[in-house]
Amino acid sequence: MSMRAPLAQVRGHGSAKSGAHHWWAQRLSAIALIPLFLWFVASLTAVGTADYATAVAWMSSPWNSSLLVLLIGAIFYHAQLGMQVIFEDYISKHWLQVTSIILVRFLAILLAVVSIIAVLRTAWGS
Amino acid sequence: MGNSSRPLSPHLQIYKPQLTAVLSIAHRASGVFLVIGTLLLVYWLTALAQGPESYAHAQAFFGSIFGRLILFPWVFALFYHLCNGIRHLFWDMGMGFEITTVYASGKAVVVAAAVLTLIAFGMAYAMQGGAA
Repeated sequence: MSMRAPLAQVRGHGSAKSGAHHWWAQRLSAIALIPLFLWFVASLTAVGTADYATAVAWMSSPWNSSLLVLLIGAIFYHAQLGMQVIFEDYISKHWLQVTSIILVRFLAILLAVVSIIAVLRTAWGS
Repeated sequence: MGNSSRPLSPHLQIYKPQLTAVLSIAHRASGVFLVIGTLLLVYWLTALAQGPESYAHAQAFFGSIFGRLILFPWVFALFYHLCNGIRHLFWDMGMGFEITTVYASGKAVVVAAAVLTLIAFGMAYAMQGGAA
Protein backbone atom coordinates (compact mmCIF):
# COMPACT_ATOMS: atom_id res chain seq x y z
CA MET A 1 0.00 0.00 0.00
CA SER A 2 1.37 3.35 -0.96
CA MET A 3 1.76 5.90 1.80
CA ARG A 4 1.43 8.72 -0.69
CA ALA A 5 -1.87 10.41 -1.35
CA PRO A 6 -3.02 9.52 -4.85
CA LEU A 7 -2.19 12.75 -6.61
CA ALA A 8 -4.41 11.86 -9.54
CA GLN A 9 -7.45 12.14 -7.31
CA VAL A 10 -6.79 15.75 -6.34
CA ARG A 11 -5.23 17.01 -9.55
CA GLY A 12 -7.19 18.77 -12.20
CA HIS A 13 -10.20 19.67 -10.09
CA GLY A 14 -9.08 23.25 -9.68
CA SER A 15 -9.68 25.46 -6.70
CA ALA A 16 -13.20 25.91 -5.40
CA LYS A 17 -12.06 29.50 -4.77
CA SER A 18 -14.35 29.99 -1.82
CA GLY A 19 -12.42 27.94 0.73
CA ALA A 20 -11.34 30.95 2.75
CA HIS A 21 -14.63 32.83 2.48
CA HIS A 22 -15.95 31.96 5.95
CA TRP A 23 -12.58 32.70 7.56
CA TRP A 24 -12.27 36.02 5.73
CA ALA A 25 -15.85 37.09 6.47
CA GLN A 26 -15.36 36.32 10.16
CA ARG A 27 -12.19 38.45 10.29
CA LEU A 28 -13.71 41.28 8.27
CA SER A 29 -16.80 41.50 10.51
CA ALA A 30 -14.53 41.25 13.57
CA ILE A 31 -12.45 44.21 12.40
CA ALA A 32 -15.61 46.23 11.73
CA LEU A 33 -16.99 45.39 15.17
CA ILE A 34 -13.95 46.78 17.06
CA PRO A 35 -14.59 50.51 16.41
CA LEU A 36 -18.37 50.02 16.22
CA PHE A 37 -18.59 48.42 19.66
CA LEU A 38 -16.18 50.90 21.28
CA TRP A 39 -18.39 53.70 19.91
CA PHE A 40 -21.59 51.94 20.99
CA VAL A 41 -20.51 51.20 24.56
CA ALA A 42 -19.10 54.72 24.98
CA SER A 43 -22.41 56.15 23.69
CA LEU A 44 -24.49 53.83 25.86
CA THR A 45 -22.76 54.98 29.05
CA ALA A 46 -24.48 58.34 28.41
CA VAL A 47 -27.58 57.37 26.41
CA GLY A 48 -28.38 54.16 28.31
CA THR A 49 -28.79 56.08 31.55
CA ALA A 50 -30.66 59.04 30.02
CA ASP A 51 -34.42 59.57 29.65
CA TYR A 52 -36.60 58.64 26.66
CA ALA A 53 -36.36 62.00 24.86
CA THR A 54 -32.55 62.02 25.06
CA ALA A 55 -32.32 58.46 23.74
CA VAL A 56 -34.66 59.23 20.82
CA ALA A 57 -32.78 62.44 20.00
CA TRP A 58 -29.50 60.51 20.03
CA MET A 59 -30.85 57.82 17.70
CA SER A 60 -32.40 60.41 15.37
CA SER A 61 -28.98 61.70 14.37
CA PRO A 62 -28.16 60.30 10.92
CA TRP A 63 -24.67 59.32 12.04
CA ASN A 64 -25.86 57.47 15.12
CA SER A 65 -28.68 55.62 13.35
CA SER A 66 -26.38 54.69 10.45
CA LEU A 67 -23.65 53.40 12.73
CA LEU A 68 -26.29 51.47 14.71
CA VAL A 69 -27.58 49.79 11.54
CA LEU A 70 -24.01 48.85 10.58
CA LEU A 71 -23.34 47.59 14.12
CA ILE A 72 -26.48 45.44 14.08
CA GLY A 73 -25.60 43.99 10.68
CA ALA A 74 -22.03 43.21 11.74
CA ILE A 75 -23.12 41.74 15.08
CA PHE A 76 -25.57 39.23 13.65
CA TYR A 77 -23.37 38.39 10.67
CA HIS A 78 -20.40 37.72 12.97
CA ALA A 79 -22.58 35.91 15.55
CA GLN A 80 -23.98 33.53 12.98
CA LEU A 81 -20.52 32.82 11.49
CA GLY A 82 -19.15 32.09 14.96
CA MET A 83 -22.04 29.85 15.98
CA GLN A 84 -21.65 27.93 12.71
CA VAL A 85 -18.05 27.02 13.59
CA ILE A 86 -19.08 25.92 17.08
CA PHE A 87 -21.85 23.70 15.68
CA GLU A 88 -19.46 22.24 13.10
CA ASP A 89 -16.90 21.46 15.82
CA TYR A 90 -19.13 20.07 18.55
CA ILE A 91 -22.21 18.54 16.91
CA SER A 92 -21.29 15.24 15.29
CA LYS A 93 -24.79 14.26 14.12
CA HIS A 94 -24.85 15.73 10.64
CA TRP A 95 -28.59 16.42 10.42
CA LEU A 96 -28.54 18.17 13.80
CA GLN A 97 -25.47 20.20 12.85
CA VAL A 98 -27.00 21.41 9.60
CA THR A 99 -30.38 22.09 11.25
CA SER A 100 -28.69 24.14 13.99
CA ILE A 101 -26.71 26.17 11.48
CA ILE A 102 -29.83 26.91 9.41
CA LEU A 103 -31.93 27.82 12.47
CA VAL A 104 -29.29 30.16 13.90
CA ARG A 105 -28.78 31.79 10.50
CA PHE A 106 -32.52 32.44 10.10
CA LEU A 107 -32.75 33.67 13.70
CA ALA A 108 -29.81 36.03 13.19
CA ILE A 109 -31.44 37.50 10.07
CA LEU A 110 -34.77 37.88 11.90
CA LEU A 111 -33.20 39.64 14.90
CA ALA A 112 -31.10 41.86 12.65
CA VAL A 113 -34.15 42.96 10.64
CA VAL A 114 -36.23 43.57 13.78
CA SER A 115 -33.39 45.62 15.32
CA ILE A 116 -32.80 47.68 12.18
CA ILE A 117 -36.52 48.40 11.77
CA ALA A 118 -36.65 49.43 15.44
CA VAL A 119 -33.74 51.85 14.97
CA LEU A 120 -35.26 53.34 11.82
CA ARG A 121 -38.69 53.71 13.47
CA THR A 122 -37.12 55.54 16.39
CA ALA A 123 -34.93 57.65 14.12
CA TRP A 124 -37.76 58.61 11.75
CA GLY A 125 -40.26 59.05 14.54
CA SER A 126 -43.19 57.05 13.15
CA MET B 1 -1.04 -2.62 30.86
CA GLY B 2 -0.91 -3.31 34.56
CA ASN B 3 2.11 -1.04 35.03
CA SER B 4 0.73 1.72 37.28
CA SER B 5 3.85 3.86 36.93
CA ARG B 6 3.13 4.44 33.26
CA PRO B 7 1.85 7.92 32.42
CA LEU B 8 -1.82 8.12 31.58
CA SER B 9 -3.39 10.11 28.84
CA PRO B 10 -4.27 13.51 30.32
CA HIS B 11 -8.00 13.50 30.91
CA LEU B 12 -9.50 16.98 31.02
CA GLN B 13 -10.61 16.59 34.64
CA ILE B 14 -7.09 16.03 35.97
CA TYR B 15 -5.21 18.06 33.38
CA LYS B 16 -3.80 21.22 34.96
CA PRO B 17 -5.60 24.11 33.25
CA GLN B 18 -3.21 26.38 31.38
CA LEU B 19 -3.87 30.04 30.67
CA THR B 20 -3.65 29.51 26.92
CA ALA B 21 -6.23 26.72 26.83
CA VAL B 22 -8.56 28.46 29.30
CA LEU B 23 -8.50 31.71 27.31
CA SER B 24 -9.06 29.78 24.10
CA ILE B 25 -12.26 28.10 25.27
CA ALA B 26 -13.26 31.33 27.03
CA HIS B 27 -13.22 33.05 23.64
CA ARG B 28 -15.85 30.62 22.38
CA ALA B 29 -17.82 30.65 25.62
CA SER B 30 -17.88 34.46 25.69
CA GLY B 31 -18.95 34.43 22.05
CA VAL B 32 -21.94 32.20 22.81
CA PHE B 33 -22.80 34.33 25.86
CA LEU B 34 -22.63 37.48 23.72
CA VAL B 35 -24.93 35.93 21.12
CA ILE B 36 -27.52 35.15 23.80
CA GLY B 37 -27.05 38.68 25.15
CA THR B 38 -27.95 40.21 21.78
CA LEU B 39 -31.54 39.48 22.81
CA LEU B 40 -31.12 42.27 25.39
CA LEU B 41 -29.97 44.64 22.65
CA VAL B 42 -32.98 43.72 20.51
CA TYR B 43 -35.23 44.23 23.55
CA TRP B 44 -33.72 47.66 24.27
CA LEU B 45 -34.02 48.83 20.64
CA THR B 46 -37.60 47.59 20.21
CA ALA B 47 -38.63 49.07 23.57
CA LEU B 48 -37.28 52.45 22.50
CA ALA B 49 -39.10 52.18 19.16
CA GLN B 50 -42.40 51.37 20.88
CA GLY B 51 -42.54 54.55 22.92
CA PRO B 52 -41.89 56.10 26.35
CA GLU B 53 -43.84 53.52 28.37
CA SER B 54 -42.13 50.42 27.01
CA TYR B 55 -38.79 52.24 27.18
CA ALA B 56 -39.41 53.00 30.86
CA HIS B 57 -40.06 49.28 31.44
CA ALA B 58 -36.80 48.38 29.69
CA GLN B 59 -34.82 50.96 31.64
CA ALA B 60 -36.34 49.69 34.89
CA PHE B 61 -35.28 46.15 33.94
CA PHE B 62 -31.71 47.13 33.03
CA GLY B 63 -31.46 49.25 36.18
CA SER B 64 -32.68 46.46 38.46
CA ILE B 65 -30.31 44.20 40.37
CA PHE B 66 -31.18 41.33 38.02
CA GLY B 67 -30.58 43.50 34.97
CA ARG B 68 -27.23 44.70 36.26
CA LEU B 69 -26.23 41.13 37.14
CA ILE B 70 -26.67 40.28 33.45
CA LEU B 71 -25.28 43.53 32.00
CA PHE B 72 -22.01 43.50 33.95
CA PRO B 73 -20.81 40.04 32.84
CA TRP B 74 -22.15 40.73 29.34
CA VAL B 75 -20.02 43.87 29.01
CA PHE B 76 -17.03 42.01 30.46
CA ALA B 77 -17.56 39.17 27.97
CA LEU B 78 -17.82 41.76 25.21
CA PHE B 79 -14.52 43.41 26.08
CA TYR B 80 -12.83 40.05 26.63
CA HIS B 81 -14.01 38.79 23.23
CA LEU B 82 -13.01 42.11 21.62
CA CYS B 83 -9.50 42.18 23.14
CA ASN B 84 -8.87 38.48 22.59
CA GLY B 85 -10.22 38.89 19.06
CA ILE B 86 -7.53 41.50 18.42
CA ARG B 87 -5.04 38.94 19.82
CA HIS B 88 -6.38 36.45 17.28
CA LEU B 89 -6.02 39.00 14.47
CA PHE B 90 -2.33 39.38 15.33
CA TRP B 91 -1.94 35.60 15.22
CA ASP B 92 -3.66 35.65 11.82
CA MET B 93 -0.89 38.01 10.66
CA GLY B 94 1.65 35.50 11.96
CA MET B 95 2.68 37.62 14.91
CA GLY B 96 3.03 36.84 18.62
CA PHE B 97 3.48 33.07 18.53
CA GLU B 98 6.50 32.89 20.90
CA ILE B 99 5.39 31.10 24.07
CA THR B 100 6.33 34.04 26.33
CA THR B 101 4.44 36.44 24.03
CA VAL B 102 1.38 34.18 24.00
CA TYR B 103 1.24 34.20 27.80
CA ALA B 104 1.98 37.95 28.05
CA SER B 105 -0.73 38.83 25.50
CA GLY B 106 -3.15 36.47 27.26
CA LYS B 107 -2.64 38.21 30.59
CA ALA B 108 -2.84 41.62 28.91
CA VAL B 109 -6.19 40.68 27.34
CA VAL B 110 -7.73 39.73 30.70
CA VAL B 111 -6.45 42.91 32.37
CA ALA B 112 -7.57 45.11 29.47
CA ALA B 113 -11.04 43.54 29.47
CA ALA B 114 -11.42 44.12 33.23
CA VAL B 115 -10.18 47.72 32.99
CA LEU B 116 -12.44 48.55 30.01
CA THR B 117 -15.45 47.04 31.82
CA LEU B 118 -14.76 49.14 34.93
CA ILE B 119 -14.27 52.28 32.80
CA ALA B 120 -17.57 51.66 30.97
CA PHE B 121 -19.57 51.19 34.17
CA GLY B 122 -17.69 54.02 35.87
CA MET B 123 -18.67 56.32 33.02
CA ALA B 124 -22.27 55.10 33.14
CA TYR B 125 -22.56 55.71 36.89
CA ALA B 126 -20.91 59.12 36.53
CA MET B 127 -23.39 60.09 33.78
CA GLN B 128 -26.28 58.79 35.85
CA GLY B 129 -25.11 60.83 38.82
CA GLY B 130 -24.75 63.88 36.60
CA ALA B 131 -28.24 63.48 35.11
CA ALA B 132 -30.02 62.89 38.41
